[in-house]
Amino acid sequence: MQADLLLENAVTRIEGPLLFARREARVGLNAAVEVLAGTGPPRLGRVAALDETSMVIEVLESTSGLALHGTRIRLHPEPLLFGVGPHLLGRVFDSVGRPLDGGPPVAARSRRRIEGLAINPAWRALPRDFIETGIATIDVMNSLVRGQKLPLFSAGGLPHDRLAAEIAQRARLRGTQGEESFAVVFAGIGVPHDAAEQFRLAMESSGALGHTAMFLNLADEPGMQRLLAPRYALTAAEYLAFEEGRHVLVILTDMTNYCEALREVSASHGEIPGRKGYPGYMYSDLASLYERAGCIRGRPGTLTQLPILTMPGDDIGHPIPDLTGYITEGQIVLDRELDRRGIYPPVRVLPSLSRLMDAGIGEGFTDPDHPALAHQLFAAYARALRVRVLASVMGEQGLPESDRRFLAFGERFERQFVHQANARTLEESLEAGWAVLQGLPHGELTRLSNAQIGRHLGAEARA
Amino acid sequence: MSEARITWVGGPVLKACATGPFSIFEALAVGERRLLGEVIQLRGDELVAQVYEDTTGLEPGVTVVGLERPLSVTLGPNLLGGIFDGLLRPLSRATDYQIQPGAAERSVARHCLEFAVRNGDILSGGAVFARTVASRPQSLLVPPWASGRVEALVEPGEHRDDETLLVLVDDAGQRHELTMQHDWPVRRSRPVRERLGVNAPMITGQRILDTLFPVARGGRAALPGGFGTGKTVLQEALAKWCDADVIVYVGCGERGNEMAEVLDEFPQLEDPRTGRPLAERTVIIANTSNMPVAAREASIYTAITVAEYFRDQGLNVALMADSTSRWAEALREVSGRLGELPGEAGYPAYLSSRLAEFYERAARVTSLAGAEGSVTIIGAISPPSGDFSEPVTLHTKRYVRCFWALDRQRAQARFYPAIHPLQSYGADVQELADWWKRSGNPDWLVQRQRVLELLEAQAHLERMARIVGRDALPAQQQVRLLCADLVNEGFLRQSSFSKVDRFCSPARQVAMLSVLLHFADRADAAVAAGVPPARLAALPMLRQLQRLGEEFSEDDLLRLRQLPRQIDYEFDQLQTVASHAG
Ligand SMILES: Nc1ncnc2c1ncn2[C@@H]1O[C@H](COP(=O)(O)OP(=O)(O)O)[C@@H](O)[C@H]1O
Ligand SMILES: [Mg+2]
Repeated sequence: MQADLLLENAVTRIEGPLLFARREARVGLNAAVEVLAGTGPPRLGRVAALDETSMVIEVLESTSGLALHGTRIRLHPEPLLFGVGPHLLGRVFDSVGRPLDGGPPVAARSRRRIEGLAINPAWRALPRDFIETGIATIDVMNSLVRGQKLPLFSAGGLPHDRLAAEIAQRARLRGTQGEESFAVVFAGIGVPHDAAEQFRLAMESSGALGHTAMFLNLADEPGMQRLLAPRYALTAAEYLAFEEGRHVLVILTDMTNYCEALREVSASHGEIPGRKGYPGYMYSDLASLYERAGCIRGRPGTLTQLPILTMPGDDIGHPIPDLTGYITEGQIVLDRELDRRGIYPPVRVLPSLSRLMDAGIGEGFTDPDHPALAHQLFAAYARALRVRVLASVMGEQGLPESDRRFLAFGERFERQFVHQANARTLEESLEAGWAVLQGLPHGELTRLSNAQIGRHLGAEARA
Repeated sequence: MSEARITWVGGPVLKACATGPFSIFEALAVGERRLLGEVIQLRGDELVAQVYEDTTGLEPGVTVVGLERPLSVTLGPNLLGGIFDGLLRPLSRATDYQIQPGAAERSVARHCLEFAVRNGDILSGGAVFARTVASRPQSLLVPPWASGRVEALVEPGEHRDDETLLVLVDDAGQRHELTMQHDWPVRRSRPVRERLGVNAPMITGQRILDTLFPVARGGRAALPGGFGTGKTVLQEALAKWCDADVIVYVGCGERGNEMAEVLDEFPQLEDPRTGRPLAERTVIIANTSNMPVAAREASIYTAITVAEYFRDQGLNVALMADSTSRWAEALREVSGRLGELPGEAGYPAYLSSRLAEFYERAARVTSLAGAEGSVTIIGAISPPSGDFSEPVTLHTKRYVRCFWALDRQRAQARFYPAIHPLQSYGADVQELADWWKRSGNPDWLVQRQRVLELLEAQAHLERMARIVGRDALPAQQQVRLLCADLVNEGFLRQSSFSKVDRFCSPARQVAMLSVLLHFADRADAAVAAGVPPARLAALPMLRQLQRLGEEFSEDDLLRLRQLPRQIDYEFDQLQTVASHAG
């Protein structure tokens, strides 16, 4: 391995995040760079382009205060690496893996590229292990499995932080008593200080703080670092999952801040903007984060991701949720109207989806009638919402009898199934699902077989 | 081989100063790891190239070697059952779970074979010269460019895939040494003797497709839909159950887990026609969303080249491309890096012609050797916010014959497949009616038309019902709505996860449709005779009809064909009661 090299007075131009410098030493593309100025801490960067005499360095932190003179460049022979080891858990780091909690640096057992390398699809094992989150709309209708990437699509002012903390505290495999080695990695991307603190307190109160590593890029810190925090966090998570064999849940919040930073950086590079000003490569960039979730054949650990994003303008068609939804394995959508009506968690089930659910529920996994129940709830609630629109036009009295029953079902579904004061076991959630279906005309429950109706709903109550 | 030295590198693009001749689109090996690249511009001594792999660590001075051929893939008997990256390098042999850039050591496979030719035979390009001896034999082809008299011929039996098996000497005296494999440049379509017209549908086993919007063998279909509307599940369902001989499945910029799923499931599933594991007829090409973008651009060409290669063996091939939008985006990204002028939504001006070229490679043909084969393309499209007025969807629409539009509302109600019957079309219906006639359903065209009319009427009547209320519609129209619901629930709905219903044979489709249309006939007649619509809606058998796909498997065809009699019985009862009451 080459040694590090220090270049003095090599900088010739500074433009936004880019530093142009003479190439006075051998260095390769993407090599890690530390930019040193005055007495401040070194700023991280990477070699973004180079020719025979010069190079372009992308500074991954703020360039403010840098001058042509007196700025020194330390070149590393390798791309950005993060030294990870067994003592990551219980610690708090900044966005580039430096301790924030006053503790010592982590003794590195291995140094891994923060960009990661693509997982060979032929080496992936299929995620199949059902995780009980305690939330009926997730467990019954949009089940989460280990190794999945399932984002929360939320919006400003909605209780996504609370929901994420609850999931992180509770998420467990059915039938295990929390004996397995698990870990939580929290990446705060441009989050306010109190949000990060609340999460820490929640983990502390459930005694899980010792299993948690936090990477924080707070709202008042430079935008550039928002791009690094999830990469350092995922590098730690990959180590914990695939080297130490833990079941790791990674919470990335708020991905909207990440995308804003990406847009800002792209603009400062003078790139041609795509939809709403976001760069054309945002899909690939997001995929390079989200695709780091999964299970690997022959390795015991798993990496599950729960990214959180706030939909700008509550619009699910906005590029940030849109591109995310195209990459992740479903989404849990939170809704302002449900929230206003006091329903917690305010999950809007119709646009929500778990793509890996089919592999993790049903016979041999949860309950044999679980898939049919989920489908019936979806179909019935979709109809209830259609009827609700009709009722708002012509009044409830103008509706045929069967429609009125669906209307009532919609209300029951939201108040008694979606809304929950406490965590439910899967059995309790399934029970609640069957219970709200009671009262619908059996003839219209087309997603259930006669046997299933007989087993769970009994004889039809006459209206 | 010509060499060049890197003078500039940034991202996946490099510039190099050449010391020998290079040609445009020539493939390159870059640096010690022999990263694969391609020349995209030449100006004097300088060449500009894109590299298909991670360029980390490259620097000025590093050597670039010209490979003296365009970007090519190796075609041969090692493909079926395998998973490959976008440049057709095997993924399953890697020893690390993460993909390391650079050329892997080539490993050698062996196959047992029988020759189809003898010393002295005259062979032309595309001829079959041997077949592998295996549970699923494959033909070995003379490369399209070679021809001549067979001279040296090895003994039949087991041979290495890189061994010379025979030598052809052509009229000009040139010798062609043939192995089991040959290379073909991916961006060039393989030659055929003749392109043929539409003669038969590709049976997909999906009712809404085969019955309403069939795709022809050698046809091209587009499958647009927002995220989560069911593109991938449908592509996989087609890959499993359609009646093609070979499936080429390219995951272009999509999820790694979906590739793993195909890899996991296909060996365990049985081809209903041959009883062999589905994996044996499948080639998977995976360039997932986190793999390099330039290779994503190439992966579509790789896939269609592989498909043509099997077509040239006289096979019917289906190519599933999920998703062509990611390919178009890769095109956009590469174009942007070259500083080309962006067009609509940032795509290069040649987007449309690239799409046309790609879909044009689908066809039913007579191969050079006189065999009949076909390539059918099913391309998924991922429009931003599910809006079909964006460039990739619009341009694709111009070049495909079938348009299977996925609808968010249907998907959200978990009504699968979520293909919207009023926004979709199949343009070869007239030609395909003959096939249905030959296969025993002369009424297909009429039945299909009736279903479409019913669905059209439903859209109209539901708008009316929203204003006046369903009960206020005339009785005839209430019954039409009832029957339209029934066609949706009982016929169009088909879950890919149902063991009973994931595949529906043409015979079962015909039987189901006949049952439902019979019900519609009787319902119309009943209302005309004065039976109130509410009585029809309360008929006990309705529930069974709504669950028709689930309740009658392929083995229950006889029982299914009895249903019209039960319908008659229930209606006769109803009308007797009604006439007594009246
Ligand atoms: N034909 C189908 N049968 C049953 N379920 C389906 C079908 N199509 C889609 N689904 C459901 O919808 C989910 C999303 O489908 P998918 O094909 O992954 O969407 P897309 O590729 O369009 O984003 C699947 O995980 C599955 O649960
Ligand atoms: Mg998909």
